[in-house]
Parts: sequence; structure tokens; C-alpha cells
Amino acid sequence: MTESTGTLARIGRITGVAVLVIAAMIALGPLLWTVTTSLRTPAEAFSNPPQWFPLHPDFSNYSAVFDRIPIGRFFVNSVVVTGLIVVGQTITCTLSGYAFAMISFPGRSVVFGIFLATMMVPLQTIIIPVFVIIRYFGLSDSPLSLVVSALGSAFGTFLMRQYFMQMPRELGEAARIDGASHFQTFLMIYAKMAGPAIATLAILNFSGFWAEFYRPLIFLQSQDNFTLPLGLVGLQGNLGTGSISVVLAGVVLAILPSVVLFIFAQRYFIAGITAGASR
Amino acid sequence: MSAVTAEVREAVVKKRRGHPSSHGEARFGFAMIGLSVLFVAVFTAIPIVASLGLSFFSWDVISTPEYVGLENYRRLFTDGPVLKSFGVTLGMALAIVVLQLTIGLGLAVLVNQRKLVWVRTLFRTAFYLPLLASTAAVSIFMGYLFDYKFGVVNYYLGLLGIPNVPWLTSGFGAAATIVLIAVWQQIGFTFVLFVASLMSVPTDVLEAAQIDGAGGLRTLFRIKIPLISPTILFAAVVALINAMQLFDQPYIMTKGGPGSATTTVTISMYQKGFQNLQFGYGSAIAIVLLAAILVITGLQFLAARKLVFYQ
Repeated sequence: MTESTGTLARIGRITGVAVLVIAAMIALGPLLWTVTTSLRTPAEAFSNPPQWFPLHPDFSNYSAVFDRIPIGRFFVNSVVVTGLIVVGQTITCTLSGYAFAMISFPGRSVVFGIFLATMMVPLQTIIIPVFVIIRYFGLSDSPLSLVVSALGSAFGTFLMRQYFMQMPRELGEAARIDGASHFQTFLMIYAKMAGPAIATLAILNFSGFWAEFYRPLIFLQSQDNFTLPLGLVGLQGNLGTGSISVVLAGVVLAILPSVVLFIFAQRYFIAGITAGASR
Repeated sequence: MSAVTAEVREAVVKKRRGHPSSHGEARFGFAMIGLSVLFVAVFTAIPIVASLGLSFFSWDVISTPEYVGLENYRRLFTDGPVLKSFGVTLGMALAIVVLQLTIGLGLAVLVNQRKLVWVRTLFRTAFYLPLLASTAAVSIFMGYLFDYKFGVVNYYLGLLGIPNVPWLTSGFGAAATIVLIAVWQQIGFTFVLFVASLMSVPTDVLEAAQIDGAGGLRTLFRIKIPLISPTILFAAVVALINAMQLFDQPYIMTKGGPGSATTTVTISMYQKGFQNLQFGYGSAIAIVLLAAILVITGLQFLAARKLVFYQ
């Protein structure tokens, strides 16, 4: 290798690292500003230059946000709604994913085909009929409306089916010969092995529904029923310009659970993204 | 060999072929899919049909729906503001998808070149973090950062001698800023996808290219990108379907304004359907949006037949 190509390669490598570092700063900057500004006193929150490192952190905003709006209430609503959806979908999707992968019954491919077709249809294009059905069941303005209408998932079923398809059929056949029922075979053998897929689906659902804004906006009317994202947007409107640090304290509290979960379960977040790509 | 083992073997063979070995198995299958079928039917499948059906009616939720034929569609195609929202959505969605794919791919290629695993993990975490925040949270703090008078962005530009930029207070500015914010938040999605698929490019192929004297850029465009093109197609389809439904950021940050510069299709649908209680007209907008998404996705797959390389 000649000296000039060596120098060229080194310049290329340094430029590459520089681009990555700048990109990472752009990715993290707004988040860092949000955290540090939530620790400034309300009076100086909007004053520039921003404080990138909180030398004198002021935690009063975090108590103020509980005083000004029912953020505790929003938090509970979000936990209940997200928790029920995560648990509910884990059950429905594990059951149906297993059946589509392992059990033969008449009409299986037709029903699965319909499931796949519904995956193509975005939520927003069917929101009006879903709202009408919610109303028909008397669930309008109830956090339960968010749960009930999210208990079935074609994508979740598909995800679980893909996972069960890879499992050896011989295990179940052996268990059946030994006298285990269909359901015992499913529960004792296959469901136990499905942990990683269940974790991926649960994490995907948690981060998706915890952050959800659109359905809560349409389904909920009274503030007491609001989930965190909807409540925060309301908070921003109520307070006006005076103390953005209080609003940002609320924002930080809302993001925190996802970040904590990400720290402990990073690989399932990544698996959730790549899961869809493997046809 | 006893008759019993023969029978068992036959049952196993039957099952492998996918025939129901008994009524019991079929019944078990139905029971297992029951819950999913119920919920997917009531809250997805039926609403798809109902959305199409409702689009032929005039309905304010309270009184009896009135059949109006194609009137909602006729109205839509002469409704200037709604038509404009389709144009706004298309423009912003295309910009988002192009930026999200190119920047995501570029960063993935750069990270992929790093040899140290912890360095790769560090950058992956950095690019993924924005995805963890809700769009509502992002819209709130980005609104402050891009504030015309007090925003941090204009403050730093001011230090460089650049006068205040009307990020969210001018028509083009608001659309462009929302595009940038959406790309900022979504970049982790394409990035993670591309890193994963770049890792799967076989090293012997890359080594062969190196031995043949192919440089870094040549390897990238002639080998890596063709090999991961199925993933690029997938990312493009998913990103576009998402971007065509852009709602949260413009709704929260600009309420679709200034004027109607950031009024996307989903915002016009929300206004007509849920604010003006025109459920029939709202449904017609939803159906046309769905059709537009299906057509664009179809075009992507059509283009992919020429561009995507399947091993």
C-alpha cells in the first residue's frame, strides 16, 4: 500500500468518526437539554445560553408538576392501560400464533390470510368506525376503550407464529403420544420456549402504547381519564409560557420508564425492530 | 411391530402433512384463535369494511345515516383545503422517507466500520434514544427548542451571526422543521435495521472484493447496498406508511398551521370527522388516504423488482 492511499484512508476514517460523533450529539442534544432545563428554576428556564450541565439542580419543578396537574392520575391511567394491553395481547397472540403455526384446522390459511391483509391497513384509516364501535359498547371516554380495542393484533399473531414455526414438531408429537392434551402440549412445552418472542412482543407493545397519542386524543374527553402523553400536551397549554421547566419535568417523567426498560432489555427492543424485516 | 405403533406412526405422518388428525385438534385450533379472531374482527376487519361503507353516507353520529352515494368523494375532489392536505402529506412524507433512509444508511455504514463492539453499542444507543420518547413529548420540547424568540436553536444561530429563523412560524419553515423532527426521532428505526442487515453481509464476499482491489465506496455501492436492498425496501415501505399518517407533531406544534401549511390528511380527517362530526366525509378521506398508501406501496414494490436484489 502506498503512503498516499494510507493517508487517504486515515482521513476517511477520521471524517467517519467525526460525522458519527456530530450525529450522536444531534440525537442526544435535545434530550439532554430537556433534562437539564427541567432542573433549572422556572424563572431562568427559557433564558439563553442553555445550561448543559446543571450546576445547581433545582428539583422544585418535579413537585410543581404534581401540584399543577393530576400527573399522578395520568401516570396511573397510562400504567393500567399499557399494562392491560401488554398482558392481553401476550395471551391472545401467543394462543393464536401457536394455532396458526402448529395446529391444523379447516380454514386456517384463509383466516391467516385475512390477518395478514389487515396488517396492511393503518389504524388512522379505520379510526372512525372503531370510535363508533367503542361508543356502541358504552366505552367512550373510558381508558378501557383503549385497552379493549387493542387486545387483538394481527402483527403480534404473525410475530408469535413465526417463532413457533421454528420449533421442532417432534417434541409436541412425543408429548401427545405420552398422553398430554393439546393444551398441555402447548402450555408445558411450546409456550415455555417462546420467552424471547413474548418478551419482544411485550416490549414492542409497551413502548408503542405508552407513547400513544392519537387514540387517547379521540377516545377520551375528561381530563381524569387522560393518559400521560395526552395530559402533558394539555399541561403545556394550561401553563402558557411562564415556566417551561415544569412542563419539561413532566416530559422527563413520561419518558423515564421507557428509558429504564431500554437499559435492561435493549436486545428485545432491537429484536422488535428487526422482527418485521425477516419475511 | 404391533398394530398400535403403526397407528401412531400413521397419525404422526398425517399430522406432518397438515391434515387434521381428529376433530379434537380442529376444535382446539378454533379455540386457540378465538380471542384473536374476535378482537381483530371487531376492531380491525369490520372497521375496514365499515369505513368504506360509511363513506357513502352522510352521518353526524346522532341522527340516522343518510345514503348519499358518491357525494362524499365528489366533495373531496373539489375541496381545495382537503386536496391541499394530500399534497402537504405527500411532500412531507417523501422528504421524511428519503432523509430517514439516506441518513440512517449512512450512519449504519459508518458504525458498521467500527471494530469495537462497545463503540457500536454506544452509537446505537445514542441513535435509538429519541425513539423511546413519545411523539407528544418530542413535540413539546422541540417546540421550545425551535421557538422563534427564545429557542436554543435560534440562540446558537444568532451567535454565528444568523438572524432568527421562523422555524415553526412560516409555512415552509414549519413543514421543513416538522420533517426534520420526525427524521430526528425515527432515524433509530432505519439505523438499527440497516446495521443488523449490514452485519449479515458475508465477510468472504467483502474479502473477495478487497482482494480484487475494490475500494470502500465501490464495495459499498456495488456489494453492500445490493445485498441489503431487501431490507432497504422494507424500511422504505414501513417508513412511508408511517409518514403518510403524520399527525401528532403538526397537531401539537402548529395545529396544522401557519395557515394550512402543515395540515396533513390525518389532521383534515380529524377536523372533518371528529370536530365537525361529518363521519361519512371523514371516512371518505380515510379511504382515499388508504388507497393512496396502497398505490404508493405498490409503486415501491414495482420499482423494487428492478432495484432489489434477492439472493
